[in-house]
Amino acid sequence: MTALAKILVEPRSIVLPGDVLAEGDDVEPSSIYIERVGKKLIATITGIVVVEDLGDKKRVSIIPLEGAYIPRPGDIVIGLVKDIGITHWEVDIASPYKGVLTVQEVLDRPFNPATDSLKKYLDVGDYIVAKVVAFDRARDPLLTIKGEGLGRISEGAIVEIKPSRVPRVIGRKGSMVNMLMKETGCSILVGQNGRILVKCPNKDLEEVVILSIKKIEAEAHTSGLTERVRAFIREERSRRGV
Amino acid sequence: MGGAAGEKPQLIHWEERDGEKIPVRHDGRLPDQLRPVRMEVGVLSNADGSALVEYGGTRVIAAVYGPREAVPRHIALPDRAVLRCRYHMAPFSTAERKTPAPTRREVELSKVIREALESVVITELFPRTTIDIYMEVLQSDGGTRTAAITAASLALADAGVAMRDLVAGVAVGKVDGVVVLDIDEIEDNYAEADMPVAIAPSIGKVVLLQLNGVLTRDEFREGMELARKGIETLYKLQKEALRRKYVEVKG
Repeated sequence: MTALAKILVEPRSIVLPGDVLAEGDDVEPSSIYIERVGKKLIATITGIVVVEDLGDKKRVSIIPLEGAYIPRPGDIVIGLVKDIGITHWEVDIASPYKGVLTVQEVLDRPFNPATDSLKKYLDVGDYIVAKVVAFDRARDPLLTIKGEGLGRISEGAIVEIKPSRVPRVIGRKGSMVNMLMKETGCSILVGQNGRILVKCPNKDLEEVVILSIKKIEAEAHTSGLTERVRAFIREERSRRGV
Repeated sequence: MGGAAGEKPQLIHWEERDGEKIPVRHDGRLPDQLRPVRMEVGVLSNADGSALVEYGGTRVIAAVYGPREAVPRHIALPDRAVLRCRYHMAPFSTAERKTPAPTRREVELSKVIREALESVVITELFPRTTIDIYMEVLQSDGGTRTAAITAASLALADAGVAMRDLVAGVAVGKVDGVVVLDIDEIEDNYAEADMPVAIAPSIGKVVLLQLNGVLTRDEFREGMELARKGIETLYKLQKEALRRKYVEVKG
């Protein structure tokens, strides 16, 4: 006989470390930011709580509002080349852990460090679109630039936001980022690490996109944001005449 | 803490209220009253998380950086994050200039504050990184270490570092034979005892407990009870301060 799950917080409300989210055996946490202490589920981070009803039990998770980017295999990130080793590059991916891009993940042929230089392919200061191949916290994340849409960035602007705001910039099933692209005609690539690549036909549109992204970052925890950002873009566009 | 200098002033006055004799402190507070408290989160833009906390005349700012790459690399631990704490008093924080170099007292307080925070921060989530916490006392009027812990815990929450609970601290003391909450500088200087306490209320853990001076067992229990109630109040103010950050943007 298990006790019925008791959810002790309003769904979609802001929770803080130490807040008791729920009590009971048939509530399962689905976030690393929830701790089970006895029968209680306790939040360990500032975020928005999401409650799902799975029929016979309930699932609770937290969307963090703050926090560093922790790489996960499969993530698309935008990195900045920081250092060149003998057969690898060290890449800053706006995370506590630095990315490692080995030469095998860049070139299709064997690489001879005696006759060839890595500098020819990627230099310090280059931005790249990369994918996280492996990361287990024991070693630094491995990156690759083999794949469609990956590689060195040669044009566009990079906007940096807090990694915790990325889900909001993307929106539910990409609704926010699709709206941004449709309203401005720019192409936007959102890296999971909080760096965003914006390519626009002209400078004015680029500014509008950057301001919109900054607005989303500042108001990430509010509701009805997509429509407000749409109105913001239209207003800015008519004001600038683009 | 500074010893008594000169003649000891009268710090407790016994007043008659509703036919009862009640101890009133030099600033008009009752034994179980906190000083006016102010908390603000997100006061520094360069830090990942920050907070300003005031207990009366005591004013402490805390900044958190991290989790970030451990520098120098050899201090990193393979299974968890390293917590680094610096408690420091600004040269202008006291009536007489304090030398800016860390004193023995500051080194000790940095250590006990670090240990207090280590018991709530979930360091296993961020192996091989460091979390740096800087606490700067801008103005000192007693209870700076407890204000520093309260500020540090707010700054950690603001930075998005995973914690089992927020921590709040307050000092209790025995002044003129009366056990009082949140003692200030003057009371501390002439107190028979001074006991800083920090508690993580939701998980019911005492994370810092120091005692300077002498208390009987009963006085100790009374002091702990006062501290617990005071921390309960501070804890609510901490949560309000954190929520306020998100409500303000909305409006």
